[in-house]
Amino acid sequence: MDTLRVLIVDDEDDFRETVVKRLNARKIQSEGAASGIKALEVLKEKDFDVIVLDVKMPDMDGIETLRHIKKMKPEIEVIMLTGHASVEFGLKGMQLGAFDYVMKPAPLNELLDTIGQAYNKKRGLLH
Amino acid sequence: MERNYRKLWWQHCLAIICFSVIPLLFVNVSLYTLFDRIYTQKVTETLRSAAENRRDAIDLFFNERIAQLFTVANTNTFQELTDENYLNKVFEIMHAKSNSYMDIGVIDSEGRHVSYVGPYYDLLKQVNYKNEPWFSAVRANGIYISDIFMGYRKVPHFIIAVMVREKSTSWILRVTINLKNIDDIVHKAWIGKLSDAFIVNNKNALQTRPRFGGDFLEIPSFPEFALDSLTPQAYPDFSSTVTTKVERVTHHGIDAFFAAILIQNTKWILVIKESPDEILSPLVKGRYWMALLSALGLVIIATGAALFTNTLINRIKETDLENATNSDMLLQANKMIALSKMAAGIAHEVNNPLASIAEKAGWMKDLLAEEDIAGSKNFAEFNDSVDKIEQHVDRARKIIHNLLGFARRMEPAKEKINVNNLLDETTGFLENEARYVNIHIEKQYADNVPVITSDLSQIQQVVLNLLNNAIDAIGHDGTVTVSTRYNEKAEEVEINVADTGPGIAESELNKIFDPFFTTKEVGKGTGLGLSISYSIIEKLGGKIKVQSKVGTGTVFTLLLPKH
Repeated sequence: MDTLRVLIVDDEDDFRETVVKRLNARKIQSEGAASGIKALEVLKEKDFDVIVLDVKMPDMDGIETLRHIKKMKPEIEVIMLTGHASVEFGLKGMQLGAFDYVMKPAPLNELLDTIGQAYNKKRGLLH
Repeated sequence: MERNYRKLWWQHCLAIICFSVIPLLFVNVSLYTLFDRIYTQKVTETLRSAAENRRDAIDLFFNERIAQLFTVANTNTFQELTDENYLNKVFEIMHAKSNSYMDIGVIDSEGRHVSYVGPYYDLLKQVNYKNEPWFSAVRANGIYISDIFMGYRKVPHFIIAVMVREKSTSWILRVTINLKNIDDIVHKAWIGKLSDAFIVNNKNALQTRPRFGGDFLEIPSFPEFALDSLTPQAYPDFSSTVTTKVERVTHHGIDAFFAAILIQNTKWILVIKESPDEILSPLVKGRYWMALLSALGLVIIATGAALFTNTLINRIKETDLENATNSDMLLQANKMIALSKMAAGIAHEVNNPLASIAEKAGWMKDLLAEEDIAGSKNFAEFNDSVDKIEQHVDRARKIIHNLLGFARRMEPAKEKINVNNLLDETTGFLENEARYVNIHIEKQYADNVPVITSDLSQIQQVVLNLLNNAIDAIGHDGTVTVSTRYNEKAEEVEINVADTGPGIAESELNKIFDPFFTTKEVGKGTGLGLSISYSIIEKLGGKIKVQSKVGTGTVFTLLLPKH
């Protein structure tokens, strides 16, 4: 299974959809979820290599979602998306097992790099 | 807010002086009044007893004379005494023990001077006294003491006469008293240098010669002239005195104590006059001392009040300054906190749309690369526009980055600070503003500046303040140079903010860190910026220095310890 599968979790529709489109255009199989709850639902059916998770979301925030994800599928690498002022959340996420955090708004290249690293780490673990 | 310290000073000083001086004066005046009353009373008593003493002496003198005369009159017969040789003998016996008498005479019931011994023999021998007022008085009373009168001899004198009844007739023995005797007794009352004593009869005519001015039978008057008159002022009339009187009389500006007492034998009045200046001199001295002590007390109180008030006002000034500085710093801190909260809020809200814009632009770029529209005539325009959108999103991202950085640093902490980065960020805030007025901010950072541990937001505030001042000082067209250096020996990081402004005059250079000192227009500067900066840097263990040359510019230097 060589294709990299990514789930983007962000409540901002335009952002999420565009990122999904751009990743798909780069041959990265990606999907979006508009909230933490939706992400968990999707996760029940599908598998992903990397999840990009926004910290600030209504209903269930990124940290909460991260906990559930790590409980359900601990092998999936999670990258936290944070605003500058919520770096603490990013750090906290990393304590909870997230791979890294990326500050928003970030150029796509930066995100891609981090996704690549996370994917490599996961593969290294699996193989 | 600014107090009127001068007014406060005066109020405080006067209050102290009033509340100290009023009791002082009250005590002094009451003591003096008490002393005055007691002393005056004592003086009055002394005067009264002196008068009584003299009166007794005079009465004694008269009693003795009358007794002697009575004895002579009743132990000798009329017949014997008409013999002038015999009378002379009797007179000599009377005269032997005292020289009180000037002459002696015997007058028969018809007023004839039947015999006489004395210096006025020729003049008086043939005189008939039948019509003299004293003659009838003697006949009525049996004994008579005259007032002073001139008589036939035209010399002031007075007489004592007794009437003797012998069988069917009566005759009179008369002596003239030597005035010196009375004078001697009266003069003993001249105690002080200015005191006087004299006798008046019931018509207020002088019976003895006063010490100062006046003669027999005249009305006694003040020797000194009154303030408002050129004629001598008569003494108060005591001629009708019955009971002893001691009083102080102020009469046309002349002030005197008088004691008046009735002499029983003659119904004359003995008057003793004392000058208040003399007998009250201890009182005058007392008044002088009181005034002196009061003045001294006043001076001490005034000096003490002034010194104390000075200390107090200085302390109030210091406290006011401190309060003003504190409240201004607090205000500044509160402002910064509010500002940072707002900045954080805005940044978060702007972040999401910005991320979306960035992604959309990125997607467009992806599409432009992918689709076969490179041939379109507007391709370059599209490409350029998307680039520009990305570029400006990046710019906005940086601004928000800075804003959030600024906001986050409001929590006071010991942080690790990269000084050069800090300066970059801080100058970033002002670059636009500076560009408008054509001021270039030049950065000359040293590479070996270490990461220091300090309070980032506080240092940022100070640097911001220095930069603001530098820009304000230049006004327009110039350069602000921000440079860093590291002094390895002292482990100190040096930040220099230099401007090309007009510089600060040497006389003002030592005042610029004083609170409220400002060269900016009224309402533009609080005059607190540099003093707050100063206190911040001091608190952080650093130093702030200034160098300036008029016409060249000013350099502020911050020295921050590495740890």
